[in-house]
Amino acid sequence: MKKSKIYMILGSLLLLFLFVFPLWNITLEAPQYPEPLAMDIWINKVTDHNPNDIKNINLMNHYIGMKDVPTDLKEFEIFPIVIIVMAILGVLIGFIGRRKLYVTWGIVMLLLGIVGMYDFYLWLYDYGHNLNPQAAIKIPGQGYMPPLLGSKSILNFNAISLPMAGAYFMIVGIILSFVAFFQAKKETK
Amino acid sequence: MKNLIKSTLALLSIILIFGSCGKGEKQSDGLLASNAAEKVYVKPGELDEYYAFVSGGFSGQLSVYGLPSGRLFKVIPVFSVDPEKAWGFNEETKPMLNTSHGFIPWDDSHHPDISQTAGELDGRWIFINGNNTPRIAKIDLTTFETTEIIEIPNSAGNHSSSFVTENTEYVVAGTRFSVPVPQKDMPIKEYKGNFKGALSFISVEPKHGKMNLEFQILMPGFNYDLAHPGRGASHGWFFYTTYNTEEANSLLEVNASQNNVDYIAAINWKKAEEYVKAGKGKKMPTNYAHNVYDENTHTATSTMKKEVLVLDPAELPGLVYFLPTPKSPHGCDVDPSGEYIVGSGKLSANVTVHSFSKMLKAIENKKFSGTAYNIPILKAEEVLAGVVEQAGLGPLHTEFDDKGNAYTTFFITSEVVKWKLKTWEVVDRKPAYYSVGHLMIPGGNSRKPTGKYLLAMNKITKDRYLPTGPEVTQSAQLFDISGEKMELLLDFPTIGEPHYAAGIHKDVIMKNSKKYFDLKNNKHEFVAKSEAETKVVRKGKDVHVYMTAIRSHFAPDNIEGIKVGDRVFFHVTNLEQDYDVPHGFAIIGANNSELLIMPGQTETLVWEPKQVGIWPFYCSDFCSALHQEMQGYVRVSPANSTIKLSWSLGE
Repeated sequence: MKKSKIYMILGSLLLLFLFVFPLWNITLEAPQYPEPLAMDIWINKVTDHNPNDIKNINLMNHYIGMKDVPTDLKEFEIFPIVIIVMAILGVLIGFIGRRKLYVTWGIVMLLLGIVGMYDFYLWLYDYGHNLNPQAAIKIPGQGYMPPLLGSKSILNFNAISLPMAGAYFMIVGIILSFVAFFQAKKETK
Repeated sequence: MKNLIKSTLALLSIILIFGSCGKGEKQSDGLLASNAAEKVYVKPGELDEYYAFVSGGFSGQLSVYGLPSGRLFKVIPVFSVDPEKAWGFNEETKPMLNTSHGFIPWDDSHHPDISQTAGELDGRWIFINGNNTPRIAKIDLTTFETTEIIEIPNSAGNHSSSFVTENTEYVVAGTRFSVPVPQKDMPIKEYKGNFKGALSFISVEPKHGKMNLEFQILMPGFNYDLAHPGRGASHGWFFYTTYNTEEANSLLEVNASQNNVDYIAAINWKKAEEYVKAGKGKKMPTNYAHNVYDENTHTATSTMKKEVLVLDPAELPGLVYFLPTPKSPHGCDVDPSGEYIVGSGKLSANVTVHSFSKMLKAIENKKFSGTAYNIPILKAEEVLAGVVEQAGLGPLHTEFDDKGNAYTTFFITSEVVKWKLKTWEVVDRKPAYYSVGHLMIPGGNSRKPTGKYLLAMNKITKDRYLPTGPEVTQSAQLFDISGEKMELLLDFPTIGEPHYAAGIHKDVIMKNSKKYFDLKNNKHEFVAKSEAETKVVRKGKDVHVYMTAIRSHFAPDNIEGIKVGDRVFFHVTNLEQDYDVPHGFAIIGANNSELLIMPGQTETLVWEPKQVGIWPFYCSDFCSALHQEMQGYVRVSPANSTIKLSWSLGE
């Protein structure tokens, strides 16, 4: 089999690691938490980083009127289907072996990634700003939106938001589809 | 003339200078002291190296300190009631203090001992004896809570207890007072020959640690003072010191001090097991309590046991031998190899050491000097390994380090004396302030003692601390024993009388320490695992409140329909699942205590309202920023009121 095909197929299959590793992680550090609270965001769920972390994040956040961390977003149903479809398509494209399809797949994945990040941003914004007006602690002008990427200090917490292994596999997968494109170009010469 | 004055002054100042130089010792004292300070200083945020479990004596508790800092971490109620933790006050733990004499909320806790595997401390459980109403308790070292208490029948003054064998096959108990067995109404003067001393062997189930009184050896009516297990080659034997072999029943300070020689009783418990298997034991009716706390139901149950298996050493050859030991021996300590059995004759100036291998040879060759109640007495010179001569006055207890040294406390001369095994020579001595009793080296009662610290536990303190009225603090003293000479590092106060202690390296314990109870595994009869499950149920005059606590509210927090004369059971479940977030529950007029409920746990407080009115309750453990808002009301109506039960939260 040609190298380009292998890259393309491998790249598409790397998407499946999104079901093995979390995509993103939000960690909350505070003096009272020598072991920080953290949640792992997967393509299809949000989970405790350590047992009961989400319960304890919710407990903290109810004082400032934040909603519970949602565990049944509709994204968790749609995203996995998109990823599986894209992985199957990618493998098929690999077998077909047309390099223009490689790059198309890569661009579509990139666009999907951007849409996903935007969706994530909207969710974070809502999570951080849609507050219960009866909250015990109200600080005018204070938002509690965790950062999309990087760290941010929110009251006594330092919130850190970083991609995890699943995201890296996806990025490498997309890069591989472009590598396949250039490799295929070389192979036709 | 002026010159003369000048030169005299000059001479004087030279003398003064040299004189002050002569006090150079003071300076080196200062250096030493700062060195000691460094050795016990644990920087903020850092951890001590050892746990020290120090018995609380007449407080009935067990306290947990860090070494070398001497900082107090926790007081574990054992044979005591503790309103802070509701121990003995809440419905769940009341059965733990049940005995054949009823609810006994106090005891005199003496000798903690940590469970062992292959002769080394495994840090799973710690056992401690109740001396007064004979009991042995087991404390689980994942939760640092007392989880089992077994009463010892046929005993009185459970002093030679609670020591474990090298695989925790048994934890032993022994009676200090001999008594009629079974108990009966008889003249005290007929003690001699009629009273018995029971030595009890309690098995410990290896997986869950469940205790069971397997058998008792009914010994002659002496007083059984202390004990230690054999180890290594002597594994399978247990050694007990005796006093009052005179069998006096009055003015013992004189009458029990007449014999020049008492005994160390060597018990072959492997032989005892054989006799039990062969059906040589006799079942006798008795009555004792066995109390077990279940971590999943968070509730204790007490069962009365009605029978005990007894062995008679007078009829069963090879079960017991007596090793003659001078002058009312107190401590009975076995060195890490298991070869040397150290008997401290408390009225003597010498420390007597017996040899286990010599003892076996003497038994084989029947080197007996006679018998006592048909139990063979071995010839003293045949079993003697050596004598530490004139080491001090009033030897009490001995522990060992990892370099072949032994350390003995001397009560009367108030000192700790270091001596060498095998050569029996005294190497060093240091004063203790004052009247030292027990001493402890972490791992000192095991095959693998450590060689860093020695903790001396003193009976009196006098001027060592700021005075606090007639009653002053009890005290422990920490010595550095890593060098050839011992060095006093630290005095620190202890709770109750620190009779004995057990020490263990932090790494063995801390990794197993539980952070909270899993709510999913809570099988309490009255648990509410969520606010949706909370309710109030009336059964006649008993009202059960299924309540939850989570930062920062109780559910329900308004209750109506309670009447004067009701018994209200507040079953409070802490819904938290995070480390170090207990909630308290306190209600006005409670005749018992507060509750202190760990995350995932359910505890029950009974409240009997006597007055009509609106009565508040609140969280008594500062749990959160809105802790002060964590409160509620109970409406108590007259006994004949028709107000229906109702409850709510946030309405």
